[in-house]
Amino acid sequence: MITIFGIPGPLLFGQLLLGLINGAFYAMLSLGLAVIFGMLNIINFAHGALFMMGAFASWMLLNYVGIGYFPALILAPLLVGIFGIILEKTIISRLYKLDHLYGLLLTFGLALVIEGLFRNAYGSSGMPYRIPNILQGATNLGFMYMPNYRGWVVVAALVVCLATWAIIEKTSLGATLRAATENAPLVQAFGVDVPRLITLTYGGGVALAAFAGVLAAPIYSVNPNMGTNFINTVFAVVVIGGMGSIMGSIITGFGLGVVEGLTKVFYPQASATVVFVVMVIVLLVRPRGLFGKAA
Amino acid sequence: MKISRRAVTLGSLASAAATIAPMASGRAQAVPTLKIGCLTDMSGPYKDLAGPGAVAAVHQALEEYGVSSKGFKVEVLAADHLNKPDVGTTIAREWFDRDGVDLIVEVANSGVALAVANVAKEKNKVYLNSGAATSDLTGTGCNANTIHWVYDTYMLAQSTGAAMVKAGGDSWFFITADYAFGKALQRDTTEFVTGAGGKVLGGVAYAFPGTTDFSSYLIQAQASGAKVIGMANAGTDTINTIKQAKEFGIKMQLAGLLLFLSDIHSLGLDVAQGIVLTDSFYWDMNDRTRAFSDRFTAKVKGVRPTMVQAGVYSSTLHYLKAASAMGIEQAKKDGAATVARLKAMPTDDDCFGKGSIRVDGRKIHPSYLWEVKKPSESKGPWDYYKPVASTPADQAFRPLDKGGCSLAKV
Repeated sequence: MITIFGIPGPLLFGQLLLGLINGAFYAMLSLGLAVIFGMLNIINFAHGALFMMGAFASWMLLNYVGIGYFPALILAPLLVGIFGIILEKTIISRLYKLDHLYGLLLTFGLALVIEGLFRNAYGSSGMPYRIPNILQGATNLGFMYMPNYRGWVVVAALVVCLATWAIIEKTSLGATLRAATENAPLVQAFGVDVPRLITLTYGGGVALAAFAGVLAAPIYSVNPNMGTNFINTVFAVVVIGGMGSIMGSIITGFGLGVVEGLTKVFYPQASATVVFVVMVIVLLVRPRGLFGKAA
Repeated sequence: MKISRRAVTLGSLASAAATIAPMASGRAQAVPTLKIGCLTDMSGPYKDLAGPGAVAAVHQALEEYGVSSKGFKVEVLAADHLNKPDVGTTIAREWFDRDGVDLIVEVANSGVALAVANVAKEKNKVYLNSGAATSDLTGTGCNANTIHWVYDTYMLAQSTGAAMVKAGGDSWFFITADYAFGKALQRDTTEFVTGAGGKVLGGVAYAFPGTTDFSSYLIQAQASGAKVIGMANAGTDTINTIKQAKEFGIKMQLAGLLLFLSDIHSLGLDVAQGIVLTDSFYWDMNDRTRAFSDRFTAKVKGVRPTMVQAGVYSSTLHYLKAASAMGIEQAKKDGAATVARLKAMPTDDDCFGKGSIRVDGRKIHPSYLWEVKKPSESKGPWDYYKPVASTPADQAFRPLDKGGCSLAKV
């Protein structure tokens, strides 16, 4: 058996793959954050709570309405996205003229309120959510058992990330969006309804978080704190990738998942901190982040 | 029915009058009043296993004891310690100093539990802990004002650890939360595993809190070739470990070193089946526990009590008996004397049956090893456990002379 740095090869490959799976979640969440920050200049601290709402929406659809996993993959992001649009219209839009800090504080408060409400209604141990039958079971890859569901998560996350990137970078809608970020009054002069564009962007970013929440529901227990566990790491990912950079957050998300996975083999105690160590180093060497553009 | 503003006003006036009336008569007759504070986790990871259900258990004890007919009154306060020792001690001090609280019950979370024990001693009040795990409460951290009611790390480690080795699970790998509680649990369990002739092949201490993905550690456990995974963690961490073990097709036996009924409910039998765990109370154990649990469920809809909630009921009831036997005024005056009285009286209630309290503050009763049922064996919601083994009361806990408690040396 081959060994690498004293670790058996199969174990190491297994960890790399696991890192990629976690990276998929980081990528999806940080992508939504990057889109929202890029377009709205809002640091959306409520992102973790909205991710949690996505998971809860799929749980509610199943238990109250009887709608299964695959329809929930579309419906839950839609519902949570609409909730996000209402939030943006009624509350968040009042802060665009102010400093970033206000948006951060407001969304942080919103996250606490949302999580508190869910905790009050559903307790804190969480709800079970079954893996859909078609994705049950595991495939033997030789070096490890790969649960089919996790494989599906990586594929689904990759597709959604790349589609989002393509929409923003390669379509005329995306071009309008980017133009509106650069110079809103000018784009408005061309007859584009910029406020509505911004609202929809926020809704889209929120829907991405909810989509990740639905994917996460069968893996983690659906519980009100599930977003809080992720959100700190995800913010570090956004900072490392460069605030507002779409491709940057996708690559950094997957990359840091792998780095974290490897840390779990070599020094597990540090696995929760390694992402922040990387963040400090990147900020020292390249303050704009790995993929950030100069202002 | 429409409720008019007038009706509401009238109602509030009436209730105000109702609260004034007993106060007025109270002054005339001076009815002695005990104050019980339930300090618990109302919003965090232990909310479901203690929390509002624990507060309900206090009220249940008061009703069933029939306080109103015994010539004294009891007021109940409840607060959330947020799992922070500083918050917990601040509330405990305020309760003792300002609100005149005589007894604190519950206090899940070992860190908060140890801190509150010191406050209870300093203020000479009574402290009956049901929710915390650390065996230090009756060991190096023991005092004359504290009783540890339901379970502790020693009991869990002995029952689950030794039983699994006997059943053939003689090689272990630990997945441990990297803080005092997880490490203590791993240490105690290791002792029993090796003592029973088993081996520990390895372990991993993961960052706590903040870890949600355990798959990496599970793969490492699998690679170690051990037969048993010892989960030295609690709450949502254990839930996630179990779910992911199932997902990754891990065939090793899982040993839940600290699992509550509420955890199994959250996991669902589909995932949790076959797990072995230790609890000192299960609602469906005998006629008395079933009767207690039916009364509990009538108050807390749709939920069966955990061993912590049962412990809060049992300890409150025992306190009421002792306080009324020694006289309410006397019980309010001297916490240590009240605790001495509690220790002198044999315990008996629907949850734990007959038992006693040791000089070091350890409440003694049998511990039970359970296996989680298969979905096909379960008759419905909350029908989750089948009995595997039990340890008699005199052996279930750490021997008196091994804990390092100063009270035990006299």
